[in-house]
Amino acid sequence: MKIRIILSFVFPCFILLIFFFGLNNNNKYESINLVGKKISNFELKRLNKDTNYNIKNLSSSNFTLINFWSSWCAPCREEHKYLMLLKKNANIKILGINFKDNKNNAFKFLENLGNPYDDILRDIDGKGSVIFGIYGIPESILVDSDLMIIKKYIGPISKKEYKEILQHIKK
Amino acid sequence: MKYLLLLFISLFVFKLNANELEQKKIDIIKNLRCLVCQGQSIADSNSDFAQTIKLVVSDKVLEGKSEKEIYDFLISKYGEWIVFKPELSKTNFALWIIPYLVLFFGGIIIFIIVKKRDIS
Repeated sequence: MKIRIILSFVFPCFILLIFFFGLNNNNKYESINLVGKKISNFELKRLNKDTNYNIKNLSSSNFTLINFWSSWCAPCREEHKYLMLLKKNANIKILGINFKDNKNNAFKFLENLGNPYDDILRDIDGKGSVIFGIYGIPESILVDSDLMIIKKYIGPISKKEYKEILQHIKK
Repeated sequence: MKYLLLLFISLFVFKLNANELEQKKIDIIKNLRCLVCQGQSIADSNSDFAQTIKLVVSDKVLEGKSEKEIYDFLISKYGEWIVFKPELSKTNFALWIIPYLVLFFGGIIIFIIVKKRDIS
């Protein structure tokens, strides 16, 4: 009898606990995991020259926004005006990583919309972007002079993100 | 004849090794979750993200990295959500241990019930 009472209490409690932990478990990928981590070593070719660019080239600025873009990506066009504004109004280095794109189309894109980038690198097959934890474009990573990730923006930069980046720089 | 035999053996060994590496790659990508798809593994998905991860895994396998090293690399970039079978850690310790505890205590309870029935 005692065992039955214990079982009828323990079993529902166990099921409730499983549901509680299961439903509370966050199954979404969160970029917050990368915040506070240092950028890993990487090496990519520049878009306009046949020279390499690595982590040492990156560390020469207070703040750097690493922006992953492509000419075939419609949201990249949307965010481009904010990158131009950042270039104009903020003391920030913008590093563009051209993702799985055709070189000529990339140049045409910049010709039409302007070039906010201090340097543009080329990631032909997307493998280089995995080092930055990228899984789609557009994505942007704000890093400080120690190459620590301050914030990762998944999706296009809008007015809200633009203001947030300005605030980070002013801090 | 001797050279032909040597060539045949080296081709056989090369083919065997290539199959082994391919199998290792398949095993790994089957345990990786496509982050931009609905419930698909990297192996099953044809998304852009999955194609890139397949290339990365392929490179790492060819570099001679172990399965654990490849998972660790991808976990460091995308979080533990990228693996279908997470490794034992402080946060999931209970989930790994509970089934064994249930099996153990369940066995004891069944044993007690059966023994009590025998006595009565």
